[in-house]
Amino acid sequence: MANRRLAPAAEQPAAFAFSPENADWAKGQIEKYPEGRQASAVIPLLWKAQEQNGGWLPQKAIEAVADELGMPHIRVLEVATFYTMFALEPVGRFWIQLCGTVPCDSCGARELKDYLHCRLGAPGHVSADGNFSWLEVECLGACCNAPMAQINQDYYEDLTPDLLGTLMDDLAAGRPVKVGSQVGRTSSEPLGGAETLTDATLFDGSRVGAWRKRFEEKDEENEAGKAEAASSEQRAASEPKPGRPDSGRAAEKSVTDAPAQRAAAGETPVKASDKADAADTKESTAQGGRPGPAQPETIAKAEAAGAEAGTQSDLPRSEPPPQPAASGASADAPADAKKSAPNNPAPKKGN
Amino acid sequence: MLADQDRIFTNLYGLHSPGLEAAKQRGAWDGTKFLLEMGRDWIIEEMKRSGLRGRGGAGFPTGLKWSFMPKKSDGRPHYLVVNADESEPGTCKDREIMRHDPHLLIEGCMLASFAMAAHACYIYIRGEYVAEKHALQRAVDEAYAAKLVGQDNVHGYPFDIYVHHGAGAYICGEETALLESLEGKKGMPRLKPPFPANMGLYGCPTTVNNVESIAVAGTILRRGGAWFAGLGGKNNTGTKLFCVSGHVNKPCNVEEELGITFRELVDKHCGGMRGGWDNLLCSIPGGSSVPLVPAEQIIDAKMDFDTLKNLGSGLGTAAVIVLDRSTDIVSAIARIAYFYKHESCGQCTPCREGTGWMWRVMLRMAEGRAQRREIDMLLDVTKQIEGHTICALGDAAAWPIQGLIRHFRPEIERRIDRYSANPHSDAVRIAAE
Repeated sequence: MANRRLAPAAEQPAAFAFSPENADWAKGQIEKYPEGRQASAVIPLLWKAQEQNGGWLPQKAIEAVADELGMPHIRVLEVATFYTMFALEPVGRFWIQLCGTVPCDSCGARELKDYLHCRLGAPGHVSADGNFSWLEVECLGACCNAPMAQINQDYYEDLTPDLLGTLMDDLAAGRPVKVGSQVGRTSSEPLGGAETLTDATLFDGSRVGAWRKRFEEKDEENEAGKAEAASSEQRAASEPKPGRPDSGRAAEKSVTDAPAQRAAAGETPVKASDKADAADTKESTAQGGRPGPAQPETIAKAEAAGAEAGTQSDLPRSEPPPQPAASGASADAPADAKKSAPNNPAPKKGN
Repeated sequence: MLADQDRIFTNLYGLHSPGLEAAKQRGAWDGTKFLLEMGRDWIIEEMKRSGLRGRGGAGFPTGLKWSFMPKKSDGRPHYLVVNADESEPGTCKDREIMRHDPHLLIEGCMLASFAMAAHACYIYIRGEYVAEKHALQRAVDEAYAAKLVGQDNVHGYPFDIYVHHGAGAYICGEETALLESLEGKKGMPRLKPPFPANMGLYGCPTTVNNVESIAVAGTILRRGGAWFAGLGGKNNTGTKLFCVSGHVNKPCNVEEELGITFRELVDKHCGGMRGGWDNLLCSIPGGSSVPLVPAEQIIDAKMDFDTLKNLGSGLGTAAVIVLDRSTDIVSAIARIAYFYKHESCGQCTPCREGTGWMWRVMLRMAEGRAQRREIDMLLDVTKQIEGHTICALGDAAAWPIQGLIRHFRPEIERRIDRYSANPHSDAVRIAAE
């Protein structure tokens, strides 16, 4: 693992300042972010400082970036030590980061590691000629071209110890090298060329605009949409949606209490008339022992019954409340209310 | 096999120019204004109808995610953040999109931002992808120059897009850690709730989406959600980039229908299994954080979210790592354990301490320098890490080891027995370091 401490004082340069063009570049970066959020530019600026300083980040550079962004030094030091791409110690002219995670590991990264061990010694040290230093790093994201290494900023893929050796010789001698796959692949296609994406019409522009037909046949689409809407209720029952946004964990519970699901389980929804029953004055405990004269309450109850039954509820209260779709015993309540209404012209205030 | 006409990433291999003119010939930026004029609700409805599930690993429906954003702004700006911090071992698909088909991504950003009333979009690309960062920046500059994006663009919806890069932290692939990093802090995940849709970047409503989820949006809207939903299977619709690596004859990236069988994927696109099908040991079908699936279960399995979930694994990012019988499976999982030790941000104790502990025990087990009862102890520790951390990195570290013990326990025991049957100078101590 990369060293996460600052280099010893003996190796630290006495001062650091951005070159004029890098300072301009930094201003451009800061402008990407909203007013007062210039701290967002800390990683790009540290990155540029590292580039300017020959591939590693000295303490003075960290402080210079902090001053530039108006951040406390410690905040920038935190960032510089957290992210592993900031090298805190001097590196070789060619800084080899060898990917050693499973896809590369299973395709020969161990041999490359042995080769680098033999040629350059322990990782994290600059070779005697100052040309190379190396480190095993975690997945670099070129797994279809494993094994691979990143040398300075470029990816070199499909390596073998021999190819890596030649590559290092060429780099050290200043000869031109080919970035990317070392066995002739363009990128991540199968070796020897892909059998897919061979249809020439994909690339000559002849398919541009073909999709617009869909909107010309819009009516048909609408019909299809309606059919879909009709079936969505059934789907909601059999495939309940997640109860809350996914947190990325496996143990996600689904909503099990959706109305559509209850319906599918054979549970009948409560009927309007049953709801009226629920507000039956006879059943009410609040009413107990005071049958006739308690008009305001009766009205309120009857109105509640009306509201629950789905009828209009915002009538003026001096009017008789609407008659719920009553059946059997519940018919009493509105009858009471009707009687009591004229006797009590303004129950609104009394309520 | 998926027909070429139904492929979305037609320049996946970079055989053609990634530039704007060539991208337009391939169908990018075709009628974007028309799609925007169809309205916000139509876009979200169409995405929902497509059944697209997020391509970043968790598989959460993208259309639904977009609909979580507040409908009306309360004065705070909205942001779209594209997660291009592709670091899950085995995954190398977003890289191809960014360097070869960047205009699909930029157009997708515009459409998604419009659907969420965002006027600014940040693409957070991992620091190691230097060439990809330059390629993407070039494409963004082209789009600005052609007035496809920007404050006064031809689409009539002010929209800015910025490329931001990180500096090598796997944890920044977690959405809230990514937002922290984008704000210039250490990439340590935030507690949820509040969810980013309410309090995200700079405390504003934000949606974080994977590159692939965003880049397919333009094509889905043009050809219709129904077209996309017609590919693949129920609840696992559409096409997906598969990254096949490891012991196949020709490892490659390929776009295929979800639900293609493992055998077909390897035979049709990867030149078959190295050494024939009998040589298959197991596969890690969704990037290193999902449990492995042994040969007999994976070989004819459909590669989709639900099938793999039922096999006790997951599709994840569809990074299919294929391992043959030459693999030392215990050390391979130990290597994955090291990865999580290296990448733990150190915020939650179970993960910070547990990943290192598990790695050290795994190292000994790879040699056999352990005791049989430690296998159960290790399993118990993985269960204690799983679900007890802020983000899913703890889970991701635990699952590969659980998968190993579930399927290869006899192999671990064999090593322990072989080690203890031979004389060694150091006594085998039980794990308590």
